Amino acid sequence: MDQNETVLAVRDLKKHYGKIAAVDSISFHVNRNEIVGLLGPNGAGKTTTINMLLGVLSPTSGTIEIEGIDIAKYRSRALERTNFAAVYAPLPGNLTVVQNLRVFGLLYRVRNLFERIEELLQTFDLIQFRNTKSGVLSSGEQTRLGLAKALINSPDLLLLDEPTASLDPSAAQEIRQTIRDFAREHSIGILWTSHNMYEVADVCDRVLFLSKGNILIEGDPKSLPNEHGKQTLEELFITVAREPLTLEKQV
Amino acid sequence: MQVQRVSGVMLRIYYLMRSSFTRVFPLFAWAAIDIVLWGFITKYLNVVTKASFDFVPTLLGAVLLWDFFTRAMFGVSTSFFEDVWSRNFLNLFSTPLTVAEYLMGLIVSSVVTSAFGLTIMLIIASLAFHLSLLSYGIWFLPFVLVLFLFGIALGIIAIGIILRFGPSAEWFIWPLPAILAPVAAVFYPVSVLPPVIQPIARIMPASYVFEGMRALLAGHAVPEGTLALGAGLAIIDVLLACWFFRTMYLRAVRTGLIARYSAESVT
Repeated sequence: MDQNETVLAVRDLKKHYGKIAAVDSISFHVNRNEIVGLLGPNGAGKTTTINMLLGVLSPTSGTIEIEGIDIAKYRSRALERTNFAAVYAPLPGNLTVVQNLRVFGLLYRVRNLFERIEELLQTFDLIQFRNTKSGVLSSGEQTRLGLAKALINSPDLLLLDEPTASLDPSAAQEIRQTIRDFAREHSIGILWTSHNMYEVADVCDRVLFLSKGNILIEGDPKSLPNEHGKQTLEELFITVAREPLTLEKQV
Repeated sequence: MQVQRVSGVMLRIYYLMRSSFTRVFPLFAWAAIDIVLWGFITKYLNVVTKASFDFVPTLLGAVLLWDFFTRAMFGVSTSFFEDVWSRNFLNLFSTPLTVAEYLMGLIVSSVVTSAFGLTIMLIIASLAFHLSLLSYGIWFLPFVLVLFLFGIALGIIAIGIILRFGPSAEWFIWPLPAILAPVAAVFYPVSVLPPVIQPIARIMPASYVFEGMRALLAGHAVPEGTLALGAGLAIIDVLLACWFFRTMYLRAVRTGLIARYSAESVT
């Protein structure tokens, strides 16, 4: 397997609502074994981009290919290789942990589903909650369940929209480690949005800064602040949010 | 169409039914109350009219079949409401599930729930009011089939409306069977309706079933041609309903409503 093989290729992606450009002609890619951070202030277009990658929002123009499969033409085939977790998309609270995983396992046509569910319950420390309704889990436990669902089909591309937003620092660190281990073990690509710059610097191999629907800068989160005369990634983020024009567009 | 994905939609509905008496109860409760109410009315009518005409198979049979139609419709729409109420659209529609597979899951679930409701209604009607299926003979099957297809079509149109106008449009959906009943010729012939309304009744597959039922019970032959026309209309209605839902779905994907459904509108 080519370690640099592209799992996600986005070209000239646009989403316009009338005259407003939520996403304005962005292009980027995610390779296998790569965690790419999609950063930007609220309203920058991160979630709009993720929704288009998930096929729940159609772009105004542009193409999205997952493992070389055009999502506009072959939505089901492309999405079979993808999954996502987001803090704003909890699983139905009226089903138990195991019931939710079974239902989504069937929707993703997972082979050996029962064994896969047991593995995930173990990995995300959910065994004692297997018959608990998802709606009564704590936010941290719900996050772990959402991640278990996100990995149920062993996706080639994982989209994580602020996956640790509701977790305490210790739980967040454990979750980051679990995701990194999974990514390494299965050679997958991850697109990760977060407002926690410590987390981004810790997990991401590359970051894309989005502002007003455009990718403003791109690079290694460890060296990028210095390249733009900033001390930290957080400082760079604040500049992107408040004074994007002071940064030269480099993508 | 992938059977596994269809079964995923059905499994979710099964789990919800299994764990909740409040979901199972409406499958038969309101219909059973209808049967009891109309059972006594028909008994009373049989007494006061002293007619040789038996009201039980005519009126009570019509109530039973119309309640079955209602159950078929709500079998589709309430399963969809479960995804609305639990804000599950983003999780559901970001899977490889296709619109056709989702609808098929809802339809097959409706077959099971409406068959369950029908069985309970038949038991009550036959034990308490001596309604016999033998009065309809083999014609009972095409009657039920046409009504089921029409119920499915209306259920799919209903969920398309919900998808278009948001969760608050739910209140348009619940009274739909009651609004349609007067023009569906459930209790009286189409000829009783004012001439301007009769064409509406003629495009409703249900009217052919109830006309056929009355003809049969009056000792005439069931007009096979018109019943076939009703079946054809029901099939067309199902296809049109699927097209309508798909159109609403694509619109919701274009506007972003699927991802932000609780907002009801993205404008």
